[in-house]
Amino acid sequence: MSVKIKHYPGEEVETKDFREGKVLFESFRPKAKYAWSAGIAISRFLEELKNGRIIATTCSKCGRIMVPPRIYCEKCFKPTDGWTYVKDTGVINTFSVSFIAADASRLKEPIVVAIINLDGASEGMGIVHRIEEYGDWREIKIGMRVKAVWKPPEERTGAITDIKYFKLVKE
Amino acid sequence: MFGKKRVAIVGAGVTLFRRNLKETGKELSFHAAKMALEQAGMELRDIQSVVMGTAPDAFDGVHMKGEYLADGAGAYHKPYTRVFVGGGTGVFAPLAGWWHVASGKFDTCLVVCEEKMSSCYPHPQYAFTTIFDPILERPIGMNLIWIFALEMNRYMHKHNIKKEDIALVSVKNKRNALDNPIAQLAANITVEDVLNSEIMAWPVQRLDVSPTSDGAAAAVLVSEDIAKEVTDNPVWIDGVGWCIDSTYWTDRDLYYPDYVEYAARMAYKMAGIKNPPKEIDVAEPYDPFDYKELHHMEGLLLCKKGEAPKLTREGVTQRDGDLPTCPSGGLLGCGNPIAAAGMMKVCEIFWQLRGEAGKRQVPGDPRTGVAQAWGDLMQYGSVIVLRR
Amino acid sequence: MSEVAIVGVGCVGFRPITPELSYKELMFEAAVKAYEDAGGINPREDVDVFVTCAEDYLEGFSIFDEFVPDQLGAALRHLLTVSGDGMLGLATAYMLIKTGYFDTVVVEAHSKASDILTYMDIVQFGLDPIFNRPLGGHPYYIAGLEMNRYLHETGTTEEQCAEVVVKNKKNAVLNPHAAYGANITLNQVMCSERLFHPLKKLEISTPADGCIVLVLASEKVAEKLTDKPVWVKGVGWCTETPSLETRDWTRAVYTRLAAEMAYKEAKISNPWRDIDFAEIHDVFAYKELQHMEALKLCDYGTAGKLTEDGLTALDGELPVNPSGGLLGMGYGLEASGLQKVLEVVLQLRGEAGARQVEDAQVGLAHTWRGIPTATGAVAVLSNVK
Ligand SMILES: [Zn+2]
Repeated sequence: MSVKIKHYPGEEVETKDFREGKVLFESFRPKAKYAWSAGIAISRFLEELKNGRIIATTCSKCGRIMVPPRIYCEKCFKPTDGWTYVKDTGVINTFSVSFIAADASRLKEPIVVAIINLDGASEGMGIVHRIEEYGDWREIKIGMRVKAVWKPPEERTGAITDIKYFKLVKE
Repeated sequence: MFGKKRVAIVGAGVTLFRRNLKETGKELSFHAAKMALEQAGMELRDIQSVVMGTAPDAFDGVHMKGEYLADGAGAYHKPYTRVFVGGGTGVFAPLAGWWHVASGKFDTCLVVCEEKMSSCYPHPQYAFTTIFDPILERPIGMNLIWIFALEMNRYMHKHNIKKEDIALVSVKNKRNALDNPIAQLAANITVEDVLNSEIMAWPVQRLDVSPTSDGAAAAVLVSEDIAKEVTDNPVWIDGVGWCIDSTYWTDRDLYYPDYVEYAARMAYKMAGIKNPPKEIDVAEPYDPFDYKELHHMEGLLLCKKGEAPKLTREGVTQRDGDLPTCPSGGLLGCGNPIAAAGMMKVCEIFWQLRGEAGKRQVPGDPRTGVAQAWGDLMQYGSVIVLRR
Repeated sequence: MSEVAIVGVGCVGFRPITPELSYKELMFEAAVKAYEDAGGINPREDVDVFVTCAEDYLEGFSIFDEFVPDQLGAALRHLLTVSGDGMLGLATAYMLIKTGYFDTVVVEAHSKASDILTYMDIVQFGLDPIFNRPLGGHPYYIAGLEMNRYLHETGTTEEQCAEVVVKNKKNAVLNPHAAYGANITLNQVMCSERLFHPLKKLEISTPADGCIVLVLASEKVAEKLTDKPVWVKGVGWCTETPSLETRDWTRAVYTRLAAEMAYKEAKISNPWRDIDFAEIHDVFAYKELQHMEALKLCDYGTAGKLTEDGLTALDGELPVNPSGGLLGMGYGLEASGLQKVLEVVLQLRGEAGARQVEDAQVGLAHTWRGIPTATGAVAVLSNVK
């Protein structure tokens, strides 16, 4: 990209060259498996999801009600000092309508995903989740109100997916 | 500046950026490193330390891929460090090279950035599924495009920005890339082309996005004494800055990249820049998506919040405008081999300031340029200020 | 150029498992301890740069850097990740302070090995994908290859290697940070299962969980924060080659070159005489011996004899791994280097309790990045400026 450089190295190949064996390769699927400890804060959060409630931690210094909960306030750098429930309703902070899957293939039905600022948490704090029961996706707007739709209690496992999705609700 | 050491770039190199290159990551690293050494008129034995910048191991499919790439990058029997700050890595790696030399510990440092994304099968995007929190986010089926879409939507909403204005960035950068011999997706397209392209994750469409690529880029950094020996044309690293924001991205307002601003302020302070739009002659903000260029211009304090679309519309960011932005063609035009793409921006500023950018040369004899990259969960900013 | 000192250390672990804490919470606890130890600094204001050391596949993330700032007090501050051993983080902090632009730098490294269900598969995933990985097998066969060649070339005996295990596990009994202290006999080591001939089961250290955070500072800040600064006199690091086909199989060249760099800076001319004790990477028992030689603490091929004769014991002439080493403390993955640095700092401050080395003034910390790498680092630390 400099006038002083006359040649830019790199030999381009096509995807079909791999299929047709013109380019040799070795394939391998890694066996990488983990079991992450959820820890103190998120364990409690997951326990409460099982009960159909969303719990946050609080910091007495800056007064924030934080979700997802954590045992430290990252602003004040001190341990958080309380737990409090927040509502399972909130406002769409931003959303997207995804037409592709994680491997970039086309989805049959789009997925709507949103950041939801939860009622009762400090301003702007929220979680990421899916939106369903929305009708036409073109009608979804930032600022709309939503409410969690929970799995029935017997199906909950203590996972973020105990909330099936959020649905739009009328003011 | 008393007692502090100045560091210069004296050579740079970039390979072709392509969807698939036949070379391995090691071979790409070698090509770029060799080019940079040749341009500097130096040999590997003159190099005292090596820094590698490369993004997730999941692309190359090798655990500890910094180690794997070491010999290709010229690190055989040398002190060698890999730094990794997600998508911010490409501009971050030369910052690490800077402190290798500015510390006085080494007189020379070879900085190499590599990305071989095509090894990840069936699609490089797949490597991004594990960038999310395994307990709170992965079970929802998160993918990378979503978070950009969420951010873009928030940015558009906050400033009432139209997609037409954002698309102009893609049009500009792909056209700039027509003059770049390494470019993967150079093209003359229109705003309508962008708006009519396939919707990936609303509001992100196919032509809003840079492609996945293979490629490498490198530069040779040296102390002031060595710089004077090897070249009449050194380009100085006068400012370095970096910053990370909180992991809790769902708790932040994504409309504005505070972390880029903090990184920029750090770099500008070091470089003594008080009025960035006036003092910076050419900019290479990170543009993996078209709206990101705008977002980052604002974070770099090159304009006010929400003002970047207007500057773009008025042609200020064209190569012959007042603030040429991504004259290289950026990631949208050249391709996005992540760490190599960031480093390519640093190389572009280097060549622009030396007046070696050929058909891409911005007019007006530029003296000061800035390159920036962005990474992690919409969280990381890395900034470098170069001066002739 | 300012001198650089370690002014605070914090450690959680090392323990075989830590199921009650997430990796974030583990890091938070270690960070709080380190900041308190550094005179009660507030990371939100008093720290210029944070350096974390981590590898994605050991964490189970594609970009682990994302998940580190909050628990260190680094949100919206200047943080970076080194994909490497903690001692490369120390080297990074050292260079940053030497530039004159930064006064206080924090370094973090941890192991949450118990979160990894397929650790050996991950190690294997580090092998060259074309040349080596398709051959299959447990990746520690590489250690067997190296040990065999080392014994063959130097005449070191298997018993001498086993003595390292006896010594280190015994030292670890005295270390509250150690997960695997034990009083065992030479015979027990020799009779333990032969896994990768000539390497035996008890000669391989077991992973453990833990986190270490260091606070480093420039001269002017260090003297304000602590009465017991530990000065970084020299650091060196080196990568020999990733290629199994190209490397030297007996001499740990990466360690020799790293040591030469560090010694030059620290003005060490006679390591055995100038260094009072050493913390040496011993993830496999023979590596302690091989590394001692590469560190020029003794002549090539003599480390086994010195160990057998007790010269590297806690009360020996040059105690090696008074902490209990990785064999005794547990293998802290990328935190290995900081396990070594931690012990050297505690010894130089006179805070090593029952395992205190008397009159220690200069200590050496050494690390290696493990299978399949040939990358190592060395730091020379002293309580005398
Ligand atoms: Zn607080």
